[in-house]
Amino acid sequence: MLLIHCPYCEEDRSELEFRWAGEAHIARPDNIAAISDEEFAEYFFLRNNEKGLTYERWRHIHGCGRFFNAARDTVSDKFLMTYKAGLPKQPIPAETKAEAIAEEKTVETWEQMEGDAR
Amino acid sequence: MSSSSNSGAFRIKGTGRHTPARTARFTFDGKSYTALEGDTVASALLAHGVHLLGRSFKYHRPRGILSAGPEEPNALLDVSRDASRRQPNVRATVQEVFDGAKIASQNRWPSLKHDIGAFNDLLSPFFAAGFYYKTFMWPKEAWHKLYEPIIRRAAGLGEAPKEGDTDHYASRYEHCDVLIAGAGVAGLTAALSAASTGAKVILVDEQPEVGGALHFDSSTEIDGKNGYDWAQGVAAKLKAMPNVTVLNRTTVFGYYNHGFLGLVERVTDHLPLPSRDLPRERLWQVRAKKVVLATGSIERHMVFANNDRPGIMLASAARTFLNHHGVAVGRAVAVYTAHDSAYEAAFDLKRAGIDVVAIIDNRKLPGEAVLAEARSLGLEVLVGHSVVDTAGRHRVSSITVARNGEKNSRKLKVDALLVSAGWTPSVHLFSQSRGKLRFEAENDRFLPDIYAQDCISIGACNGTDDLSTLIGEALSAGAEMAGHKGADSIDAIAFAGSNLYEWTGGMIGAAEGAGPDTAVKAFVDFQHDVTAKDIRLAVREGMHSIEHIKRFTTNGMASDQGKLSNMHGLAIASEMLGRPIPQVGLTTFRAPYTPVTYGTLVAHSRGDLFDPARKTPMHHLEAAEGAEFEDVGNWKRAWYFPKRGEDMHAAVNRECKTVREVGGVFDASTLGKIEVVGPDAAQFLNLLYTNAWDTLKPGKSRYGIMTREDGFIYDDGVVGRLAEDRFHVTTTTGGAPRVLQHMEDYLQTEFPHLKVWLTSTTEQWAVIAVQGPQAREIIRPFVEGLDISAEAFTHMSVAECTVMGVPARLFRVSFTGEIGFEINVPADFGPAVWKAIWERAQSLGACLYGTETMHVLRAEKGYLIVGQDTDGTVTPDDAGYGWAVSKKKTDFVGIRGLKRPDLVREGRKQLVGLLTKDPNEVLEEGGQIVADPNQPKPMTMLGHVTSSYWSENLGRSIAMALVAGGRAKMGETLYVPMKDKTIAVEVTDVVFVDKEGGRING
Amino acid sequence: MVDFGAEIATRTLPLAGAHGGSSVARLELAAPAERISLRVAAADVAALSAALGVDLPTEPKTSASANGRTAMWLGPDEWLVIADGPGEIGSGLMAEAAKASVPHSAADVSHRNTAILVSGPGAAATINTGCPQDLSLAAFPVGACSRTIFGKVEIVLLRTAEDVFRVEVWRSFSTYAFGLLAEGAGDAAL
Repeated sequence: MLLIHCPYCEEDRSELEFRWAGEAHIARPDNIAAISDEEFAEYFFLRNNEKGLTYERWRHIHGCGRFFNAARDTVSDKFLMTYKAGLPKQPIPAETKAEAIAEEKTVETWEQMEGDAR
Repeated sequence: MSSSSNSGAFRIKGTGRHTPARTARFTFDGKSYTALEGDTVASALLAHGVHLLGRSFKYHRPRGILSAGPEEPNALLDVSRDASRRQPNVRATVQEVFDGAKIASQNRWPSLKHDIGAFNDLLSPFFAAGFYYKTFMWPKEAWHKLYEPIIRRAAGLGEAPKEGDTDHYASRYEHCDVLIAGAGVAGLTAALSAASTGAKVILVDEQPEVGGALHFDSSTEIDGKNGYDWAQGVAAKLKAMPNVTVLNRTTVFGYYNHGFLGLVERVTDHLPLPSRDLPRERLWQVRAKKVVLATGSIERHMVFANNDRPGIMLASAARTFLNHHGVAVGRAVAVYTAHDSAYEAAFDLKRAGIDVVAIIDNRKLPGEAVLAEARSLGLEVLVGHSVVDTAGRHRVSSITVARNGEKNSRKLKVDALLVSAGWTPSVHLFSQSRGKLRFEAENDRFLPDIYAQDCISIGACNGTDDLSTLIGEALSAGAEMAGHKGADSIDAIAFAGSNLYEWTGGMIGAAEGAGPDTAVKAFVDFQHDVTAKDIRLAVREGMHSIEHIKRFTTNGMASDQGKLSNMHGLAIASEMLGRPIPQVGLTTFRAPYTPVTYGTLVAHSRGDLFDPARKTPMHHLEAAEGAEFEDVGNWKRAWYFPKRGEDMHAAVNRECKTVREVGGVFDASTLGKIEVVGPDAAQFLNLLYTNAWDTLKPGKSRYGIMTREDGFIYDDGVVGRLAEDRFHVTTTTGGAPRVLQHMEDYLQTEFPHLKVWLTSTTEQWAVIAVQGPQAREIIRPFVEGLDISAEAFTHMSVAECTVMGVPARLFRVSFTGEIGFEINVPADFGPAVWKAIWERAQSLGACLYGTETMHVLRAEKGYLIVGQDTDGTVTPDDAGYGWAVSKKKTDFVGIRGLKRPDLVREGRKQLVGLLTKDPNEVLEEGGQIVADPNQPKPMTMLGHVTSSYWSENLGRSIAMALVAGGRAKMGETLYVPMKDKTIAVEVTDVVFVDKEGGRING
Repeated sequence: MVDFGAEIATRTLPLAGAHGGSSVARLELAAPAERISLRVAAADVAALSAALGVDLPTEPKTSASANGRTAMWLGPDEWLVIADGPGEIGSGLMAEAAKASVPHSAADVSHRNTAILVSGPGAAATINTGCPQDLSLAAFPVGACSRTIFGKVEIVLLRTAEDVFRVEVWRSFSTYAFGLLAEGAGDAAL
């Protein structure tokens, strides 16, 4: 079970208090009524679902109730950082990054293991 | 007769740690035995010379006890106190004996000694690896009728209990600075070191007492004491420290993300008459800042022909039975080993007066120290020899020994054979933590390499064999994990330890006696009956990845998870593939380390605590009126109120008629309610609903529809404006939490500039709906401070007033098409107000009604139920609510989605009414609708029935349906094909009762 | 004929009559209280503090008490304010909050919640039966409060003394919460 740092409560809390809320930094277009079908599809339907470093939203629904952003490595499940909603996409701190990259090489995942079973 | 003698003929006086006077009686397959307190089922049965404990999974071969610990693959038994407290597949080597235990063998019929399934052993050529995939392919029909029943009867271990479990289970969340898994020398030492810094420490060990390998290791001395005694002393010291929790009989079964560990504590399984207050097991969910893994190592068996007979067991297990339990595993014992440690078993047995027939050492060069001691004890050591076969029906009676590479062999008569191929570090938890292993070729073992979490491995699980090194490693690990890097704290508690013999050796894979002969059964995985031959076959058949080999052979897939078999299987595969072990790969270890009962995982979530049952404030009053309840999410809602002799149909018919003719009282408390407050409240609602809200005046309410960004209906409800800056929003019962989440999402992340706040008030208010021609007359005497006349308080009005002296919010709304009021009073007052209203309603001839009548009445009016008449692909226009979408607003959630080409095209499914040609025919909800029932299959579906009821008010059935281009099909005849008939229907308007809508305004 | 209008409604408390606990953790129902859910932007906190007579705490996981009321920080713009006393008709807190002229939201939730008091040396362990938070005094000192999870329901937890907690829970979840606390209290005593 994940341990998630809530940037509003300024504390690590159990995943049980949180709810995942999809990819982060997808702003609702100001002129939404005027955008093209393609732009709407891009905004509403299409998600990257990236493996590795991903920016996502969480809500501390059973805590302070706030939505916030997180940078998480979906391979290791490690949170690289969390930050308040409304802030622009934050760069990953250098030291965290090095650690994350080191881990990428070392952590065995189910996919990697099963991937060997070609 | 002394108690020690009846506790078994194989008890050896002067050995073991149990008290001879403290006995316990138990039965095994109906026969009564005496054990000593502290015995495991395994040691107690061995003390009586009982070795045959079960039959193997596939071939039903006789099996005995292989180990003395949780790795046991063979000795799986059924243990019970009574019919409702019974557990199958209990490891005899883990289960402690308690007085009155009823123990039975499994997987045999009619008896353990005469098992018909053993016939499978003769048919084994048909049961080779992968036989499932080959044998049962065809004919297809035979699967259900023939193969599956046969396989089901034959396969599977144990028998699941049929009665409900009368035990209870507990759970606890806990936090600590350092969690230490394993209380052997390494774990105890690390615990001492960590605890001395003041850190909060939890030390966990699966056995009843601490000590780990010191249970059997008789030649280790620590801090000037015998190892086992030292361990108990340390445990006592730790238990006395306020910052330390020592959990015995507790297994760390899972090491999950971010320092989260799952532990299961076995609280009562060893007690003869446990208090009913005690949980059988307790689940600990621990969040540890740091973890020390001191999980030790597990001895491997030797892989050779017929290595599975009862009486053949791990050398360390025989030492545990002798040194801890005081039981000799035989009278004439041989040792077959590739590792020095097994020699010590021979020494211990010899010193206890047991005949050691020979030590057969697979290696050319045994360790010098053990070899010298063996010779000085006069033991025969056959170096460079192997055991190539064994004999004995229900227990090993002889072994065949040959010099490696030579054909000449000789038979030795034995009644037990101790085996050791060396030790496998227990890296399960490390691997679960996602750490990466490295292969240490010189010792044929995988060891922790790169850590993924804040943990450290020490001792045998880290490949640290030398005791002095191990103690040093554990001391510094404990301090470091507790946050103290300096040596000071360590120096203060440091101590020395020594072993009599240094151990060398070990092998993995098949030994000489595993033979290339296809008839040879040299078991790699005992529990799943996987032989060396099976693994070779898998490779020959094209499995080149260890993951495929594992699944094809099922090696390591039994409940012991390959604790003994993985390394052997890997080595055999590696040899066949001609690739070094690291390139073949190791399968990933997954939780749980050992099986965990469902009871523990479920813990408190049983019965009333399985799920919260949400009840409205008036629930008990409704129950007293005879209400039947239905589940709506977690809510229990009054469904209908049958009078004596009425079935549901009759009750609903009466309620429907009464509401329209007189009136009815309905509990609407479960409706979701959200208080939307702030100067920008109207602007916010404008963005979240399709309707316009700035035009709504205080004191009025409006029906609102909420779409998602994609334009599909998400929820609906009446929204009342109490003041310029305060709205009382209602949602569907089931939609309340998600609607609030949806609103909060937009407010916090898209419209944070708006000064408005949302508060869930669902449970603040008890809501009593009073509907029907007499509704006003029913509530009139109770309402103060408000003129509720038809002229003053028109349909869709809302006001704050006083009801029975209580501040209330009164809505003039209707979900029935009749005059309607919804009285909101603070929830604690709900019962009193309900009682008074109902008393008066009754006196006027009105009734109580439930959700079923509510559904019928609203369908008679064509009112939508989100989630029943919509399914997430229905737009407001599809539902006939296009009027609720503001044409003037420049933005709202869904404004763009509604313009998508597919949402504006012709021919979308639209909500219409259906009337069956036969008025007595009630359609089935979900029934598919077609234009031509005689068209060839597959037919073109036009839509489906969403709501269908008998309308007593109309004396006929009514239905609502989503039909492609439905509104253009008014008056057309369509068909609903059913299994046994085709029902003709006419497409109509959705409003069936009071089409002009006059009644609502009365 | 009965004079229907003359009746004054009486309160029926959720959990009325519930009892439980063990030698180490007592479970009691808190007295009926007046409660508001208060929402106000950080810049306007002072105005509401003045109106309510208690300084709204701005540190996460903290509470403040004064003048017979306790304000609990639930989020950066959210407080649960509880007033001692019966909390009968006519909510004082609502009226007081309304005096603040800054934009804010006060919603009466007196009847939405009910409260269970858990006291005794096993109180923390009892709550840890279903609550994943660290309730050691270091992590959750006296006065600490938090919205969190308890088994399958949401609660607001306030530590009023070393071994006393107040568990605020929505009324329809209170039977479940009480039941799980009772099992936890039993287990904590073992």
